[in-house]
Order: sequence, then structure tokens, then C-alpha cells
Amino acid sequence: MTNPQMVMYEEEFNQIQAIVDRLVKEANARVVFIIDKNGQLIAASGDTELDTTSLASLTAGNIAATGGMAKLLRENEFTTQFHEGEQSNIHIQLVGNRVILVVIFDNKTSLGLVRLRVKKASEQLNGIFEALLQKVQDPARETPFAEITDEDIDNLFND
Amino acid sequence: MSFINYLSREINCKIVYYGPGLCGKTTNLQYVYNKTNPEAKGKMISLATETERTLFFDFLPLALGEIRGFKTRFHLYTVPGQVFYDASRKLILKGVDGVVFVADSQIARMEANMESMENLRTNLAEQGYSLDKLPYVIQYNKRDMPSIAPSEELRAMLNPQGVPDFDAVAVTGQGVFETLKAIAKLVLTELRRSGG
Repeated sequence: MTNPQMVMYEEEFNQIQAIVDRLVKEANARVVFIIDKNGQLIAASGDTELDTTSLASLTAGNIAATGGMAKLLRENEFTTQFHEGEQSNIHIQLVGNRVILVVIFDNKTSLGLVRLRVKKASEQLNGIFEALLQKVQDPARETPFAEITDEDIDNLFND
Repeated sequence: MSFINYLSREINCKIVYYGPGLCGKTTNLQYVYNKTNPEAKGKMISLATETERTLFFDFLPLALGEIRGFKTRFHLYTVPGQVFYDASRKLILKGVDGVVFVADSQIARMEANMESMENLRTNLAEQGYSLDKLPYVIQYNKRDMPSIAPSEELRAMLNPQGVPDFDAVAVTGQGVFETLKAIAKLVLTELRRSGG
């Protein structure tokens, strides 16, 4: 397969969550979340009452579309996007070409501050995800799915 | 690629409904959405034109239940069927775990079916996937229409490799859940085979 399986363990999740929690505070943001490029939500902090599943899928679509435009212009990627609204703004940052860091904020903060804090957080996240991907690619890694039986799968559909 | 979260004990998989324009991909998702318990589904998103043709994609998150203590979540996507949206279609195939090809059974749409399937193969190959290795099922939709091709003929044209296939009338729901169950099962079986 082309891109490695995304797997999340407790240790890395806690490190990522700590960065996201800190970013919400330091950037004075409404909500921060991290999604993978396929649209799966990895972590969120702040006002998570928002429909983060939908936001994650749409953001990934947005990043994919922007990546498509970049390719047409022979750019590698456009790593940053900013959407400005009347009340809310969205800052989207591609991290290590693998995950997407999304910050939603209002007029309690400024774009400059958000950008500054995102830059720092991106560097930290990049290191964590690189290590995580190496761990996932380890062939000796244990997986709970090898033992799934046909019966387990069938049971999902007994309704 | 599926996403496994050991902390929240969740498996997330991505299923894409592919097929020619107006074959009923969005209708499949709408039926699943309407017939699923509120606690098992998220919001359905449709990025459509004013005439309700899919512009970018439809998206429906669905929870199917637990397997060995892991919650299984499926993200269902459709692609825009019209030929000129090819750039968008390619994007939606990124990270796909399973494909449902929805064929339009009407004789007049046979060429469109073939063209779309060829397009699916090409676009998957560009992402480094092969339709022969990916979990994949076919649905022959619109079985209630006049002037339809017999299922055997459709099968001979579209399913030479003999993957699971289903007759359907997506507007009434016939065959919709059978198709979804079949692809979900194949995706989970592949997850077991590849060791997650």
C-alpha cells in the first residue's frame, strides 16, 4: 500500500494531546484539532461541541483539493491555508505532509499570534508523528486483528 | 488507509462509492442515513451543485458496532460521477480501504459504466492501488427501470473477476444494506489479513 497505516498509541496520543491543549491556550483559540490527510480525527481540544467529524472530513477534502491545485502549478504543497469569516476564522497547517493542524479562532486573538504558536506546535508534532510512523512500520508490532474470526465479523451485522 | 486508535479503541475505515453520473451513489448513502439509528451515525454532508449533482463528495460517518473490544467506524464517501470532475474523484480515493462500484443497469448507460470502471482503475493505479487487490464489490442499481440489461450480462461486462455483486433499487433500499455489509466485511477481513 502507498501510505503506511495510521495507528495511535496511548504514549504518543498523550504527547499530541498536550501540544494541542497548550496551543488552544497559548493562541487563545476556540478549538484546535489534528486530523490525518484521509480525514480521520486524531485529537481535539477546546470547544469540541463542534461537529469535529464533519470538520475533519471537509478539511481533508480541502487540503486534498489544494494539493491538487499545487500539483497543477508544480508546487510541492501549499502548507498553510487561512479562511476569514465575520466571526470565526480557520487556520489550516499541513504538518510533515502527513497530518493537518486546524485552529479555529475568533476576534479574541490575532492571526499573527495563531501563526506564531502554530509554527512552534508544528515542529513538535512533526517529531512525534515521525517517531510514530517508524513504530507502526516495525514488523514485530503486535496487532489485535490477526485473531478476528469470521464469526466476529458476522456478529457485527446481526441486527 | 484505516486508522486504528488503541486509546479510544476504534478502527476507522474509508469506503468510497464510485460509478457513472446519476447511477445512484448519493441515493445509496441517503438510504443508509435514513435507515440508521441516530446514535450510530453522524451528520451526512453533501457538497452538491444547486441541482443536487455531487460536486465534490458526500460523506456519512457510520458506527457498526464492536469487534474484539474495538468500535468499528466506517466513513462512507461518494465521488462526483460526471466525467469532467475527474480531478476531484482522484482526491477522494486517497486512503481508501474499500470500493463499491455502483453500476446503472439501464442499457443506455452501459458505455458510461464501462468508462467509469476504467476510470476507477486508472485513478486507483495513480495512487498505487490495484482494484484486484482492494476490497471491492459491485452493485447493479436501478433494477426497477424499464430497458435494463439482464444481471448476467452486466456481470459478464463489469465483473469478470467475480467479486461479490448485488442487484439494487437504491431509492427503495433494495440491495443497499447488502452491498454495505459485503464491503464492510471485506474491509475487516483485509484488516485481519494485513495484520492491521
